[in-house]
Amino acid sequence: MVQYSTIRLDASFAALSDATRRGVLEQLGRKEASVTELAQKFGMTLTGMKKHIGVLEDAGLVTTEKVGRVRTCRLGALGLDDEAAWIEARRQIWNSRFDALNTVVEALMKTEDVNGKQSK
Amino acid sequence: MGNRASNGLTTVERKSSKELVVTRLFSAPVRVVFDAWTKPELFKLWWAPRSHDIPILSCEMDVRTGGGYRIAFGRDAASAMTFFGRYLEVVPSSRLVWTNDESEEGAVTTVTFVALEGNTRLVLQEVYPSKEALDESFVGMEGGMPEQFEQLDELLASLTTNT
Repeated sequence: MVQYSTIRLDASFAALSDATRRGVLEQLGRKEASVTELAQKFGMTLTGMKKHIGVLEDAGLVTTEKVGRVRTCRLGALGLDDEAAWIEARRQIWNSRFDALNTVVEALMKTEDVNGKQSK
Repeated sequence: MGNRASNGLTTVERKSSKELVVTRLFSAPVRVVFDAWTKPELFKLWWAPRSHDIPILSCEMDVRTGGGYRIAFGRDAASAMTFFGRYLEVVPSSRLVWTNDESEEGAVTTVTFVALEGNTRLVLQEVYPSKEALDESFVGMEGGMPEQFEQLDELLASLTTNT
């Protein structure tokens, strides 16, 4: 069984939270591209696109290779696979449930405070 | 070894092929958190969060060792699904163990309340009868995946199709 680190999963979700980065992934899914081509395609500066590529690269979603003066980007080997998706789906459900529990617990604590003050 | 996901609040870990463990810290004493799990009028307020979109219709809980529970979910009585089982162990402010008898492949759920300087570390463990039962399980009755995950899934599917 492959082990997925929390850090990598968080990095993947952070990487995918941005519309440009999702667009870049879709683009690279069709065809590899240089950073310059991607910057033009998305109407960005080279520096801006380099930052996005860096985030995708850190998350393992994109790999890059520099040949001469051209840096070529491709989809990374590390996509989120079924196993990571399985655990993340469950975490999201428990997290929303426990967020709701937390709200109830906080309300109970406030009620106790009020009652405690009144009885003094 | 298993896999693990966390956002700093809720951690979910597959401890083994049949065992899933969820942990979360609450800023309240164990007595209060335990109440929220054992009083039906409180339990109803959180077990089916609004984002899950399937409300609790009724909730009966006889919280004592050997006692039963029965929880009905659904938008109306006609489409309701009922979840039920027995409490195998009830230790006030400390531990709850129950069966999930609506399915033959249901887990045994153990919730442990650990006091930490006035706060509570909650540890929920589900042990399924087989690896397949855990693989195919979904917590409660939620169909499908959270919205964010659906979007991610669509994106990844489109990438695969295009390559």
